Amino acid sequence: MIVDRSYQAVTGRMAQIIENAMGVDYKKYESGSIAFDYEGMMNDTGYTLEDIIKIQRTFNVGNTPVFELRNLTALARRCAAPGKGARIFIKDEASNPAGSFKERRACTSVYHAKKLGYKGVIAATSGNYGAAVASQAAMQGLKCLIVQECYDSHGVGQPEIVEKARKCEALGAEVLQLTVGPELFYETLMMLEDTGYFNASLYSAFGVSGVETLGWELGHQFMERYGRHPDVVVCANAGGGNLTGTARGLRKAHCGAKVVAASVDLKGLHMASDSQFNKKSFTTAHTGFGVPYATDPDHSDVPRSAARPLRYMDRYVTVKQGEVFYITEALATLEGMEKGPAGNTSLAAAFALAQEMDEDQIIVAQETEYTGAGKHIQPQLAFARKNGIELLFGDPAEEIAGKNIIFPARPELLKARDSDLDRMRRSLIRRQIRGAGSLCAADYEYLAAETNRSREWVEKTVAELREENA
Amino acid sequence: MAKKNDWVRIHRNVLEAAERTGKLPDDTKSVPLEMWVKGHLQNESAEIGDEVTVRTRTGRMEHGTLLEVNPSYELNYGEYVPEITEIEDRLRQALFGGNEQ
Repeated sequence: MIVDRSYQAVTGRMAQIIENAMGVDYKKYESGSIAFDYEGMMNDTGYTLEDIIKIQRTFNVGNTPVFELRNLTALARRCAAPGKGARIFIKDEASNPAGSFKERRACTSVYHAKKLGYKGVIAATSGNYGAAVASQAAMQGLKCLIVQECYDSHGVGQPEIVEKARKCEALGAEVLQLTVGPELFYETLMMLEDTGYFNASLYSAFGVSGVETLGWELGHQFMERYGRHPDVVVCANAGGGNLTGTARGLRKAHCGAKVVAASVDLKGLHMASDSQFNKKSFTTAHTGFGVPYATDPDHSDVPRSAARPLRYMDRYVTVKQGEVFYITEALATLEGMEKGPAGNTSLAAAFALAQEMDEDQIIVAQETEYTGAGKHIQPQLAFARKNGIELLFGDPAEEIAGKNIIFPARPELLKARDSDLDRMRRSLIRRQIRGAGSLCAADYEYLAAETNRSREWVEKTVAELREENA
Repeated sequence: MAKKNDWVRIHRNVLEAAERTGKLPDDTKSVPLEMWVKGHLQNESAEIGDEVTVRTRTGRMEHGTLLEVNPSYELNYGEYVPEITEIEDRLRQALFGGNEQ
């Protein structure tokens, strides 16, 4: 049989390809109107939190240490008002086998794929997730294919992504590399169809529920060591799975910490632009993913994403590229820990947010990531300079992504800048009600859960949005 | 020249510029979607630039233009960036005080 491999034909077969490649019938969670059964989908994985902890322990994932950053705390207190400056902690997720928290997401997916009898797994990712899936596939005895967006049209690769390709190959995976563009998903669908492998999507319930252990561990680690829960947990936010899983795990540990999302501010750079691709120094944890995925979670590679960060975030802050590089160097020179820059996005935000909090409070940056050639402050800054980006000291508030990188001239200039969460919630509602008729009670309840707001607020917002469009 | 079973890297356009999707910035739309992959050469022999078939690490057959034989990683730590040392000095001074030691 000859299969039509044109773009239209392949994407037209998406629903069937994904169902075959995951064993999940997403239609069963649909209500027929805009609401869908999110908790039903999350509970249907067939794995409880206890099961996932057990699986992760078997494959050497999780149970990562928490470190107090005493010198960074002291520095934050020098910048803060008297009595202010919370204790800053970091969870060293780099100590997972492939060097990042993403292995929590990979572990359950690969385990499930093997249980269902798939011979291999596929993931579309330019990030740490590729290495995580490759590592787990190696450990659990499955084949692995990673599809990456890596190069611009001149064949110049982002150093961070080139390094991740190397690591995936070192762990036995095949790496298929592409130039810039969202058709990465088209190529991935073809690979799923050709190989019959499992779609280890970042956005499946298997993946996101794997991150719940991170939040759960945080709750328990702090209770055991300090007899109390942290007050604030900062999560780097891109596709939203990190924050969603961590927040769900914190709740399961009965930890009431505020959950703050942090992204690198890349405003002005178009993520699908060939010419701007190598103008950025962060390939993940940035606003180019964080904002669209928060306001439209279902534009991922599965029909319904398990990563729904607006349900869980109490605050969304952004930091500049220069600030994350600065804190990465601070972690090395003041704390003796050399880690990858993108994984320090939450730490940059935590350093600023700690200064708003009392000295007896606790703030946690919930990840680190491994570092190496390409994926390190030195090659990233050298690459930026080569691409015409100016490196300056000054006020990072003035940084313009794609033009310059401004390191804080003094530590107090490092700030976490609030994004307007209500505006993002409105944007989510606008998308979801587009083309929908009148909403039923279940739809209003669903939107209230999606936005972490009251039903009254949702009703008022829906009425306002409809008024605007009338 | 490459011979059968050599480890090689190939290149192919997955979509030509005219075949790309509508929702793209103009600069991306005006260039093809390109692909690179590595594998063991299936042809008896080939020269750089020939159309060849390879067997990838997952056992797939892929075709494309032969680019490299025994492809190596060329990533490194880049040129020295003096600003990093400057950040280090400023941070240590901010926390521990002057440079008199």
